[in-house]
Formats: sequence, C-alpha cells, structure tokens
Amino acid sequence: MRIRYFAWLKQRVGCAEELLDPVPPHLTSVAALKAFLAERHPGFAEALASRGVIRCAVNHDYVPEDAPLRAGDEVAFFPPVTGG
Amino acid sequence: MIRVQAEPFDPGMELARFGQGRTDIGAVATFLGLVRDVHGGERIAAMTLEHYPGMTERQLAAIEAEARARWPLDDCLVIHRYGRMLPGEPIVLVATASAHRHAALEACAFLIDWLKTKAPFWKLEETETGESRWVEARESDEEAAARW
Repeated sequence: MRIRYFAWLKQRVGCAEELLDPVPPHLTSVAALKAFLAERHPGFAEALASRGVIRCAVNHDYVPEDAPLRAGDEVAFFPPVTGG
Repeated sequence: MIRVQAEPFDPGMELARFGQGRTDIGAVATFLGLVRDVHGGERIAAMTLEHYPGMTERQLAAIEAEARARWPLDDCLVIHRYGRMLPGEPIVLVATASAHRHAALEACAFLIDWLKTKAPFWKLEETETGESRWVEARESDEEAAARW
C-alpha cells in the first residue's frame, strides 16, 4: 500500500510518501490506517488533532472514514485544497 | 477539455481557439484566475502551486462531466497551472460555450466553485521577505460550492 502526503501535511509528516509492504492485516479501513499512521508519525497525529479535517483519497477518489482498503491501494492524505 | 500544465498560457489565444469553427454557439462565458501580489495585507512575491498528478486530472474530468450533465454545453475548457508563478500570471482558465448565456454563465461559475473545493491543488505563497506559507482554505469557498 502506497501512502502519500501533500502540502503542509507532507512537511509535518516529514516525507512525501511511504510504502507499507506487507500491509498490517488490521488496516482494512481509512480510519484504521489513520490511527496507525498517527502512532508512527507525531506530526500526522498533531495534524489530525489540531488542524481540522484532513482529506483522504483512495486511488484518486475522495473517500469517507469507513472506506475499505486493499493492499494495492494508493492512499493520499492532504489538507483542504486551495487551487483555482 | 482539461489541461493541467506548468507552462503559462495566453488567455486571448485560448479563447480565440475555443469553439472555433462552430456556428451553433451563442454564448461563451469565461473565468480567469490570476496571481495577486497582495494577500492578507502582505506583499506576495511569488506563488507555487502543488498538485496531485493523476488525481487532479481525474477530479477535473469528473467536475466537467457534472457540468455537462447539468447544463446543455457545446464545449468546455479548463486549464489549470502548477509550479511557481509570479503576480499577474494566469493560474486558471474556465470557459464554457452554450447556445444561450444562462447555461454558459452558470456552468462557468459552477466549474470554478467546485474546482476550488475539489481539485487537489495547494497554494504556497512567498512573501517579499522570503518567507513561505501555505494558503489556508476559506469557508466562503465551501459555501460557494455548496450552493450548486
């Protein structure tokens, strides 16, 4: 599973992407992955707690917290978008 | 049509080409977004747009499809840049063509409102003192997108 971070979240976490291989078997939802990454990266935990909503996309589509995950997924976390 | 590119574009030339060769279009509406040199009372020296290649194109295509489903559009163009740009440079161009003005104007407003809250771009501003900071998302953008 490929995890990607963007904008200030990338700086907080300290990397642009990481690979989970093998994927811990309990990481079957976005919520579970968030909890796992929060434990691994204090910057991620901080962002989840203090900066409001972190958006999540799986395979380039926005997904809710309870969205299921599979081993080959690309999961991205990022702050609210500011384009246009 | 969706274009995501680092290169600057010429809005006049893009518009001249848009809908060229067709005579059934009665109305073209456009939105052009530019880099401003002031934000929150501070001078901005440059702006860098980060994006999520792949997801950007996918989200923009979905937004275009939604606009085409809601309004009778003859054509639709979205150009969005990424990378570093200077004040005065164009960032984004949205153009819509329809037989009548209401469809073109509404679809154009819809496209930019949805783009602003869904397309994965993030602005990093550089101030004149050399500081960099990420632009915060604005609640008013969410409200503008929600009205559609």
